[in-house]
Amino acid sequence: MNAAKLASNPGTMSPAKEKWNRYWESIRYAFHVIFHPFDGFWDLAHEKRGTIAAATTFLVLFLVTRVVTLMFTNFQFINAPLQYVNVFEQTASLLFPFLILCLANWSLTTLFEGKGRFSDIYIAMCYALVPYVIIQLPLVFVSNIIAFDEGAFYNVLLSVSVIWSVLLIFVGLMQVHDYSPGKTLIFLVATVLGAMIIIFLILVFFSLLGDAVSFFISLYREIAFRLN
Amino acid sequence: MKVKSRLLALLLIIMMLAGFSSAYAADEGYPTAYTYNYDYWGDVRESPDAYRVDQVLYGTDLGLEVAMKKPQNLFVRNQDLYVCDTGNNRILQLRKTGNTFALVRIIDTIQGCDVTTFNNPNDLFVDEQDNIYICDTNNERIVMVDKDLNFIKAFTKPDDPTFDQGTSFLPHKLVVDVSGRVFCLATNINKGMVKFESDTTFTGFVGANKVSYNLYDYIWKRFLSTEAQRAQQESFVPTEYRNIYIDDESFIYATNTSFSEYDLLYDVAQPIRRLNGIGNDILIKNDRYPPIGDLYWEEQSDQYGPSKLVDITVLGDDIYVALDRTRGRLFGYDSQGIMLWAFGTKGNSEGAFNAAIALEHMGKDLIVLDENECNITVFTPTEYGSLIYKASEAYLKGDYDGSAALWEEVLKFNANYNLAFIGIGRALLRQDQYKEAMDYFEMARDRDNYGRAFRLYRKDWVEQNIGWMIAVVVCVLVIPLIIKQVKKTRWEVELHERSKVGK
Repeated sequence: MNAAKLASNPGTMSPAKEKWNRYWESIRYAFHVIFHPFDGFWDLAHEKRGTIAAATTFLVLFLVTRVVTLMFTNFQFINAPLQYVNVFEQTASLLFPFLILCLANWSLTTLFEGKGRFSDIYIAMCYALVPYVIIQLPLVFVSNIIAFDEGAFYNVLLSVSVIWSVLLIFVGLMQVHDYSPGKTLIFLVATVLGAMIIIFLILVFFSLLGDAVSFFISLYREIAFRLN
Repeated sequence: MKVKSRLLALLLIIMMLAGFSSAYAADEGYPTAYTYNYDYWGDVRESPDAYRVDQVLYGTDLGLEVAMKKPQNLFVRNQDLYVCDTGNNRILQLRKTGNTFALVRIIDTIQGCDVTTFNNPNDLFVDEQDNIYICDTNNERIVMVDKDLNFIKAFTKPDDPTFDQGTSFLPHKLVVDVSGRVFCLATNINKGMVKFESDTTFTGFVGANKVSYNLYDYIWKRFLSTEAQRAQQESFVPTEYRNIYIDDESFIYATNTSFSEYDLLYDVAQPIRRLNGIGNDILIKNDRYPPIGDLYWEEQSDQYGPSKLVDITVLGDDIYVALDRTRGRLFGYDSQGIMLWAFGTKGNSEGAFNAAIALEHMGKDLIVLDENECNITVFTPTEYGSLIYKASEAYLKGDYDGSAALWEEVLKFNANYNLAFIGIGRALLRQDQYKEAMDYFEMARDRDNYGRAFRLYRKDWVEQNIGWMIAVVVCVLVIPLIIKQVKKTRWEVELHERSKVGK
């Protein structure tokens, strides 16, 4: 069957291979994005150079980096009380706020002429995390071969990774939505507020749900008690 | 730092979201044992007793006809223990022979001056020649008498413009240095310690506290309040010290009990200070937590807020002990500001205090005065407590191996004792056992010493492994070059072949 298909379309690859190639290209494209953010993020959203699969890969790598940093950085450079660290808690505490921030950004920008769809925002935000990963993962190793008083270089790189990623998020959202820098800044602040509102709503929802459930449970118990 | 705060913010959000409480907060414990210590994370670790009660002295044990009344202070010179029995306007001199304290004399009158009795004496100091300095508070003087109670001189209210002549001079704490200079704390004097030369002349104030105020107060008083309101308010003034103690090197240790909790947490309040001649704090603080007594403040009916360090005493080797009145606890710190142990509680049993007011030491024994119970508790170090002293003493003398052996003994009593890990690590480091030293420093989370050991370890490691490291580098750099060269040559050969075919 494969052979027949190949025979009928001699110029193209198999779908699996093609998918893989597209994925691999989008992964490699991240290195273009982080060094040429304005051009890179524009093409990422508007020329469809990025894929959700690649973005998710970066997000997972980011979470892994965070956990690896906590677990394997030499104690000289990190004050993680490992006896209290819960990997799932740490992962969830990054993943959920990240997704909520994406959601909040989409919800707001979609009302204010933002060009980006949810998937575009998600892809841009994930690609922006790449510098964090590619700097901090090697730093975990470096922390184990340097002494505390040689840590200046280490600390600078640590700050660079965070600042770089934050700047990329800024540029990424700007290009995805085709906003001006000022407008992007305003919407970044609004996004944080929006995320808080979302969290508040979720809390209220679950609280009310709990109340409703307990109401029906007690109603059932009351009836069951009367019937007996 | 940035990463951390960002992470914390995210963590908070998710905690709100999921509604489970933080593991970090839940583990902050309060001490349940009599003796404890704090580990690197600030968690309470129970510890074997460093001190046990040797004896508790009541007035009746000493054969006093009139019981003690609101005693305020203690002083130890050699084997003599002096007690300021403030409420009875007298001073008791006790002497320790063997293991018992016996009353030597009751000092309530002196000879050779107009006022021969005391009025509310709050503190005393005895110098090397057994001359006694007494803070005769309500007689507004510090009186110096010889050992037979003959008047020598009196230090009275300074006749100086820097001293507010409107206030009375009420000295309540004093220390005397080796050359006979008197430093005293007086009620309502907030400029620091009042300093007198040995010829009774007043020479100024030493070591005033910094003025502290918070932002809210500042904005309110500076910008928002009206003239009339401002006149009603108290101005920003420095706080007074609570107690002072002079050590062998004539440095004055001072404690301070009035500050806000916020200042304490960021080491602005500095409840314990070591003041040099010009009044600067030179206390060494090399621990993760500054010496402030308890790190967490459990609340009970009459026990709330931070530790109130009402007295301090300095054992040898710059080891100092502070007395907390709030929870009746004693805190021992070494010369680096690292907590050695903490023990004590409130209550009426032996070793518990109702209202601890003064602390002294005789050798390594600690003596605590309780002003409500009117008793004196004498603590002696246990085997564990003595081992800690011996080990740090051995280290300071330069006997590193001996000190390591003693620290090993300490670890047998208490496996959570960080100082012991550091002590052993240092000894191992001197014996060039870098890897083992690193392990010990890592257990104590001592990054400076770990770094030192690690550099030496790394140097050795690199020297041993330099051979294959160079081999790897050569492989990585040279092999691709060779491959490239081979490919290039082949290509040239092929081109040559093709050109032949073309002909």
